[in-house]
Amino acid sequence: MNNNLIQYILGIADNSLILGQRLGELCGHGPSLETDIAMTNISLDLLGQTRSYYQYVAKLQGGDATEDTVAFLRLEREYKNVLLVEQPNTDFGYSIARQFLFDVFHLALLEELQNSKDETLSAIAKKSIKEVLYHVRFSSDWIRRLGDGTEESHNRIQTAINDLWIFTDELFHQTDADKAMVAEGIGVDVTHLKAGYYQKVSSILEEATLQTPTIEYFQKGGKMGIHSEHMGYILTELQYMQRTYPNMTW
Amino acid sequence: MTATELHIDQELFEILASVSDPEIPVLSIVEMGVVRSAKLVDNIVHVEITPTYSGCPAMDVIGDDIKSAFKAKGYEAKVDLILSPAWTTDWITPKGRQALEKYGIASPLSAEVDKEALLGNKKVVKCPQCGSLNTKLVSQFGSTACKALFQCEDCLEPFDYFKCLK
Repeated sequence: MNNNLIQYILGIADNSLILGQRLGELCGHGPSLETDIAMTNISLDLLGQTRSYYQYVAKLQGGDATEDTVAFLRLEREYKNVLLVEQPNTDFGYSIARQFLFDVFHLALLEELQNSKDETLSAIAKKSIKEVLYHVRFSSDWIRRLGDGTEESHNRIQTAINDLWIFTDELFHQTDADKAMVAEGIGVDVTHLKAGYYQKVSSILEEATLQTPTIEYFQKGGKMGIHSEHMGYILTELQYMQRTYPNMTW
Repeated sequence: MTATELHIDQELFEILASVSDPEIPVLSIVEMGVVRSAKLVDNIVHVEITPTYSGCPAMDVIGDDIKSAFKAKGYEAKVDLILSPAWTTDWITPKGRQALEKYGIASPLSAEVDKEALLGNKKVVKCPQCGSLNTKLVSQFGSTACKALFQCEDCLEPFDYFKCLK
């Protein structure tokens, strides 16, 4: 069993699971019917992608592991998602800012992951990239609309961008498992994506008449399993059924 | 795709063509381009299907429907989900496109035109009800992952547009 490979895949897949869960919370609560449908559609895409990754992880783990045990039966420290995706849906501005800051990274990551030596990861990336193109279009479009909208929408999306900016640097942090997988030609060297990411994000913020934040201190930890205070609540809801009724099936 | 293009035995092909897409019942899974291969090995039919979107909730139902369609004809079937090559709207057959339009879903345009349509820049999506091009984008995401929501400004009917996926 290749533990580095498993940890590497979880580092990608857990982002999609947790962001998918966050977006799922908006089902029936979106600010308009169209945005509600859009965000839950994106959630569905992300959960679908998560399933493909988890099925692969379960196969690598062998034994009784299934996609469900990977999703539902791990402890908080065993989830490897970045802090950005677990941040709450404070208001529509925060949900859009979180989505935008993640989508731009996600697309760049998948573009590289398509060339992975690992056939399964390459296939999942090729499949997912088509969906993520729509996500980026949706979130970038809303950044422009809110930024270049009313004074109220402008201020609120700027506040959300400013608050979430602290979590962007972690996207480019490499764990030991990441480094090992890059060396084998399986993983993507995310440090190479950093300059392009900030350039792309800044250019869209500029179009939206928004300021690109300049801060020197960034927060990280999620990729190493050290999460924010929000993570426990997310998992409590996510894992509720399996923890209450172990091994239940529909 | 036809039986010959997919290299599927005619008898198996017909059984597969009798299974419809649970979300769009006027379309068979073959016309959707979801079926990638089918082979009879040691009395078991091995079918490979590919999802339209990763999170498509119809895939499990499609798998079960395939098994029961074969069972009704005396075959045991095994269904595998494959991801590569990734599904594209180009795999929807011409007959499938007609069925979509007739059902009230505008069929996918080419990738370039699709982008213009989904950014709301150009009026290029034709209303499946009255044929007018005077339509507007309501939402980039529609009732299922594969569709966007439009409205016709002439007959005022809302309708789904099947998004181009390439």
